[in-house]
Amino acid sequence: MAKLLHMPEVSANATHAAIQNWTLKEGDTISAGDCIAEIETEKALVELAAEEDAVLGKILVEPGREVEVGAPIGVLFARGETNVDIAALLAKAGALSAANEPVVDAPVLQPRAEVAPAIDVCHSERIFASPLARRLAAAKGLDLTSLKGSGPNGRIVKRDVEAAPAANTALASVAAPVSAIDFDEVPHSSMRKTIARRLVESKATVPHFYLELECRMEPLLALREQVNRTASRKISINDFIVKAVAVALRQVPAMNVTWTETALRRYHQADVCVAVSTDSGLITPVVRNADSKALSQISADVAELAGRARDGRLRPEEYQGGSFTISNLGMFGVEQFSAIINPPHAAILAVGATQLKPVVENGELTVGSVLRCTLSVDHRAVDGALAAQWLAVFKGLLENPLGMLI
Amino acid sequence: MSEIKFDVIVVGGGPGGYVAAIRASQLGLRTALVEKAQLGGVCLNWGCIPTKALLRSADVLRLIGNASSFGIEVAAARPDLKAIVKRSRDVAAQLHRGVSGLMKKHRVQVFNGHARLDGPQRLKVTGEKGDFSLSAPHIILATGARARVLPGMEPDGKHFWTYRQALVPDSVPKRLVIIGAGAIGVEFASFYHALGAQVSLVEMAERILPIEDQEISAHVAQALTRDGIRLYTGCALQGSKVEQGIVQLRLEGKSNETLEADVVLVAAGIVGNVEELGLESTGVKVQHTHVLVDEFCRTGEPGVYAIGDLAGAPWLAHKASHEAVLCVEKIAGLNPHPLDSRSVPACTYSHPQVASVGYTEAQARSAGKTIRVGKFPFAANGKAIAMGATEGFVKVVFDAASGELLGAHMVGEEVTEMIQGYAIARGLETTEAELIDSILPHPTMSEAMHEAVLAAYDRALHG
Repeated sequence: MAKLLHMPEVSANATHAAIQNWTLKEGDTISAGDCIAEIETEKALVELAAEEDAVLGKILVEPGREVEVGAPIGVLFARGETNVDIAALLAKAGALSAANEPVVDAPVLQPRAEVAPAIDVCHSERIFASPLARRLAAAKGLDLTSLKGSGPNGRIVKRDVEAAPAANTALASVAAPVSAIDFDEVPHSSMRKTIARRLVESKATVPHFYLELECRMEPLLALREQVNRTASRKISINDFIVKAVAVALRQVPAMNVTWTETALRRYHQADVCVAVSTDSGLITPVVRNADSKALSQISADVAELAGRARDGRLRPEEYQGGSFTISNLGMFGVEQFSAIINPPHAAILAVGATQLKPVVENGELTVGSVLRCTLSVDHRAVDGALAAQWLAVFKGLLENPLGMLI
Repeated sequence: MSEIKFDVIVVGGGPGGYVAAIRASQLGLRTALVEKAQLGGVCLNWGCIPTKALLRSADVLRLIGNASSFGIEVAAARPDLKAIVKRSRDVAAQLHRGVSGLMKKHRVQVFNGHARLDGPQRLKVTGEKGDFSLSAPHIILATGARARVLPGMEPDGKHFWTYRQALVPDSVPKRLVIIGAGAIGVEFASFYHALGAQVSLVEMAERILPIEDQEISAHVAQALTRDGIRLYTGCALQGSKVEQGIVQLRLEGKSNETLEADVVLVAAGIVGNVEELGLESTGVKVQHTHVLVDEFCRTGEPGVYAIGDLAGAPWLAHKASHEAVLCVEKIAGLNPHPLDSRSVPACTYSHPQVASVGYTEAQARSAGKTIRVGKFPFAANGKAIAMGATEGFVKVVFDAASGELLGAHMVGEEVTEMIQGYAIARGLETTEAELIDSILPHPTMSEAMHEAVLAAYDRALHG
């Protein structure tokens, strides 16, 4: 019996999603568990796996087109089944598909499965602007959504763009006379848009404060060397930091919280997110229960999550949750930086490089291995003294690493 | 003396005035229109429309003369001037009645008479049955313009004509000299030449149709010369005298000849009808016979507006109508946009026809723009070849940086009907990309418009 394949709710609260790629074509036989398609969410690619044996009868939504969650995206035939009345199936699906006209209108056979123009996916609302206004705005580096149109029905026209100050005057005045097309435009991916939206939201609405301190790293470096001499997989400084953060969260549970409009959410386990840079942007996979995991397990988890994050193949549950993020730019030689809190987290620890530096020890100037950390904290959820107390615990763990292994 | 109150009063019933009245009425304003002569103004009664009727007769005559090239043998065609003129007048009369009907339909109260400002918000109208007063907070002056009269060449209907006499000739002059090679001069040159007159065109500027693109002017000059019309460009008039019924015109400049003419048609520009309007005691400012206005047609006197020819160049009916609408909409509190003079198309119904909109190539260059120019000849257009209408070409000017269509210029058969495509493109602010992507029907002469755009980007398919 043929049935409709619906767009799953691949990430929490998402109302829309797009098929990034059909991994099978019409007529292909499917075994339960096979990946039928890859679905792009705001954060990652998710595989849509078959629940039972079937045949991919029809593809209703071409790649790239965003449709409502729950909308039919394809038709699965039973093996051996022919003469399926797809129209009747869609009609039976009723309200949802009717409310989602493009899906119903989708031709049964797509002669070419071209990716729809980026603009259809990127803009939920069409911006009315003349072609010339679009081009001039691009040359000026202006975002059309920031302009008010004075043309018929609010259409953005040349004079509106000319009246707007250039986004970057220096750039525009140099670039414009030569050519308006001295650049090319890469349409934003869903992921990039999510990053932008969330970071703006964080920086604009979350009251950040910052605490900085230095940790002496000699004991940790010595321990790491010792461990790595025998360990099957190398443990990184970052693995120690993940562990130390988690243990510190366990020891100062008041820090393991997130702010919501109605209540402070206190977490029962220490889940630590690690910022991973990928080609398409930043993502923060979560290491669950990091306080109780062995360093080798943390190392394996981080490596595995980071690898799949770079492939865009994280599942939502692998990057959602937690209260705390670690962002480590030490491997790039960055000495110190401040990070933007990753909402809804309450804090993010920016970790720099471990460097040899002059330090004062017992009144004597000497050389020490120093790691600088900056903690960004959501002041709504955590006050300064508490954050400082947590940071002291963290520093203690890092400087006496055996303590966190016990 | 009774006084009738309105919201808006329009003075002058030409394509500026009557359109203003209709729009005002559409917007719920109580509207009156005062006209001293005929509704429809010069355009409809003595300009645009009747000349097109005459030129159509000339076209038919030319086509019949050319019939054998289409495989049709006919006896020699003979123009009947009386019938040609009658047809032209009938056309004007029909449209005049049409405007009267429009006024009734839109409940615009029409008064016949001469209106002049008579204190704030007041007009004194002198009609056949005496004087009366009208008042309104908004008074739109749309009194138009008339032909400039050159000293010593005052129109007498015999040796000296303006367009008025040229529209209703009793006979075709043997030798006609036309002073001024703008649109009016060139159109009459085409008409009278077709009817057998020996026509000479005298122009002070260095080229005929001096406001058109240089290449277009050059093409028309070549076509007129080929047909036998004599051109005297770069020539000023030194003097004229009438001897034994023949006008002697002494030229000075590139030619110092003395031309002999049976009739001289003076088409050397126009002057605004600013007199007898009572402007003297108001804040309305007049410069070079035109009323100075701002971008919404407001004069220096609150509540007094001026539109169309009265308010200055370009002296075109469609410019007047457009100003009429924006002026009234501003009065009604809407949010119209000022007229973009670079988006006003201009047409000359000579043989060959000329149509243009926006910047000429030279204007674009002197405005400091980096441009791309594309041209396409009708001789390479299939439909034009089939129609026997291969004369002329299309030329487009783009801003190289933004792709804005800066201007379009056309010369050839019925190009006046095609320029709207480019006018809309400019209005919608298309760039070359949308024009290139547009699908134009085959076979049409308008395909040359597409090809010219392609040519500007080195992509012409048939050129």
